Amino acid sequence: MAERIKAAEKFKRNRVPMPEQPPEKRVKNFDEVPLGYTLKDAIEEAQRCLQCKPAACIEGCPADVHIPQFIDKVIDEDLEGAFKEIKITNGLPAVCGRVCPQEEQCEERCVMNKKGKPIAIGRLERYVADWAREHKVGDEKPQKSSQPKKIAIVGSGPAGLACATDLAKLGYDVTIYEALHKPGGVLIYGIPEFRLPKAIVDYEINKIKELGVKIVTNYIIGLTESVDSLIDKYDAVFLGNGAGAPRFMGIPGENLNGVYSASEFLTRSNLMRAFDFPKYDTPINVGKRVAVIGGGNVAMDAVRTAKRLGAEDAIIVYRRSRTEIPARAEEIEHAEAEGIQFELLTNPVRVIGDENGNVKGLECLRMELGEPDESGRRRPIPIEGSNFVLDVDNVIIAIGQSANPIVARSATGVETNKWGYFVADEETGHTTHPKVWAGGDIVTGAATVILAVGAGKKAAESIGKYLEEQG
Amino acid sequence: MYKILEKERWSESVFSYIIDAPYVAKAAQPGQFIVLITQPAGERIPLTIADSSAEEGWVQIVFQVVGKSTLELSLMEKNDELYSFAGPLGTASELENFGGKVVIIGGGIGIAPIHPIARKLKEMGNYVVSVIGARTKELLIMEDKLREASNELIVVTDDGSYGRKALVTEPLDEMLKTEGENIKKIWAIGPPIMMKFCTKTAVANGRGNDIIVSLNPIMVDGTGMCGACRVTVGGKTKFACVDGPEFVGGLVDFDEFMGRQRQYVEKEKDALESYKAKLQKEGRV
Repeated sequence: MAERIKAAEKFKRNRVPMPEQPPEKRVKNFDEVPLGYTLKDAIEEAQRCLQCKPAACIEGCPADVHIPQFIDKVIDEDLEGAFKEIKITNGLPAVCGRVCPQEEQCEERCVMNKKGKPIAIGRLERYVADWAREHKVGDEKPQKSSQPKKIAIVGSGPAGLACATDLAKLGYDVTIYEALHKPGGVLIYGIPEFRLPKAIVDYEINKIKELGVKIVTNYIIGLTESVDSLIDKYDAVFLGNGAGAPRFMGIPGENLNGVYSASEFLTRSNLMRAFDFPKYDTPINVGKRVAVIGGGNVAMDAVRTAKRLGAEDAIIVYRRSRTEIPARAEEIEHAEAEGIQFELLTNPVRVIGDENGNVKGLECLRMELGEPDESGRRRPIPIEGSNFVLDVDNVIIAIGQSANPIVARSATGVETNKWGYFVADEETGHTTHPKVWAGGDIVTGAATVILAVGAGKKAAESIGKYLEEQG
Repeated sequence: MYKILEKERWSESVFSYIIDAPYVAKAAQPGQFIVLITQPAGERIPLTIADSSAEEGWVQIVFQVVGKSTLELSLMEKNDELYSFAGPLGTASELENFGGKVVIIGGGIGIAPIHPIARKLKEMGNYVVSVIGARTKELLIMEDKLREASNELIVVTDDGSYGRKALVTEPLDEMLKTEGENIKKIWAIGPPIMMKFCTKTAVANGRGNDIIVSLNPIMVDGTGMCGACRVTVGGKTKFACVDGPEFVGGLVDFDEFMGRQRQYVEKEKDALESYKAKLQKEGRV
């Protein structure tokens, strides 16, 4: 059991760094980049926590994780207790510890931020969750649903899983419908192995199944069965189907061979495991030079995947400057360390093909920044006559997603907005239909895993109240 | 789940499977497709639904062995289970009583998915003339079923080994020339090159907007998530999996579509060769 240190000492100590695979090695494999804390690292980091009351960090957490409480248990080496503390509110701790943008949430609120570096809450959450998985502790006992009420959840991504977890804990009979052959949504098809190992996702999903949640795969709501039919058969329905339709630029040459949407590129590599072709049957084509258009986390995932699949030059093409780039700082740093190149203030205008219809170049314009636009970021303005061509073999478009209409068009009485997203109450996720809730990217547009988890949890609470009122 | 209930070999390389898939069968309509995976390391294979029975809970698929995945599928046996089988995907054929003759063209294994369309159109009161064709007699499938589903049936083979020695475009062209506006609609499903030339024939007769083709581009998820299947239709990018698979032929950019189908030719060849070598080593060939 480690000691509690004095506040003055806490401020003197540095944040314990995360051990990582060295860049030159990791660009040749798909293994996870951060290696995880040791017990010593975790305790040292946990000792820095000020144990604030009330805890500002919890307010920054969409999943309401009991942060100071679990960290305190780490100091005592009560890792099982720490794990149970986390699991009270969060069913996906190993996932969240890895992919949450903590710097914008819990860690941003951390009081230590004012004096130095915030507590590495994400790294500690990951450490505790990994420890519990490796030691097979904290496993929830299978529960028999104690309530006769049935809930259908559409989509097994973070929103659906979080909603299912909380409803199962309340004793309801929960069934998740998943269109793909594997559950997990973006955690499985979108986020690469080197950032979120699929074995970990599978493990956490299995824990959720042990709570009694049923997951039906290969079942496409909107086609195999309509939302209307679910509304008839279930007491409540949660729609967490994700945004799910890739956006293209609308520039000439986008349908040339060698142009991918980031969704296709990542789905081939992550879900279908094309990185291991021909052991897995799904192919993927990656040439020597690959351009990825966009500056978000998905763009970083795609460009780092391209590098690992053998691209000698993997290049981010982003229309604003380094300051406006929306990806997490950690992702950008990882990318830079791996030799990813950045063509900033650059906007593509045309994909150029060879005589066989394959990509050979990307014509771009240089940009400069003007006045801030409605997003608050400075608007990029093309510099006339600055056209130049990047010689590339592949172009991957990672400029966001729009709403996939399949689910919505089978849902009568559930209102969508002009972009096709479901209209839902921000606090409860309740839609315009009395029996239907929605949350995650299909309400907000493309956002983060943790915001989807938060939305799933809020909806679960509201559904629980509704079903209780129904009696 | 997804058990192979019946397996039939219709020619050297063409197989028909009846799959136990009650949920898919319940919702399936003519023109839609499914995505299947043979085993956990397999790829997602889109196949147009050949037939289905909501009451009995089965879906029929007809496929031709062209690469590693279809070869592997063909080696599965009755009572084996597919790893994944999802659907129905895509939009259904827009069928109605068009008030006259409808020409149905099926080429190769395209005859299978055109069959439920012909049957339904006939049921709805259309006068259905079906033209089915294959390279040679041995590859011609479902002749009896198409005869039953049509008011008239024309059989052609490329080499003249059965029926009339002609391409399917020839009877189409003759009918459009002799009967003109009596022909209200044309459906063509088959190899891309056949659909392209049927469309050309229709366009040459001023009927480019009245021919429907069913496109089978490379897909991954098949639910509109990835955009692998994008095709240019009427100058706009469409996703064949969600907006199709059926489109007005006269609007389709066939050259782009056929070019996109060749994206993985090299890898597909390598995968097939190494799989055949593996089968040989295991003494399965």
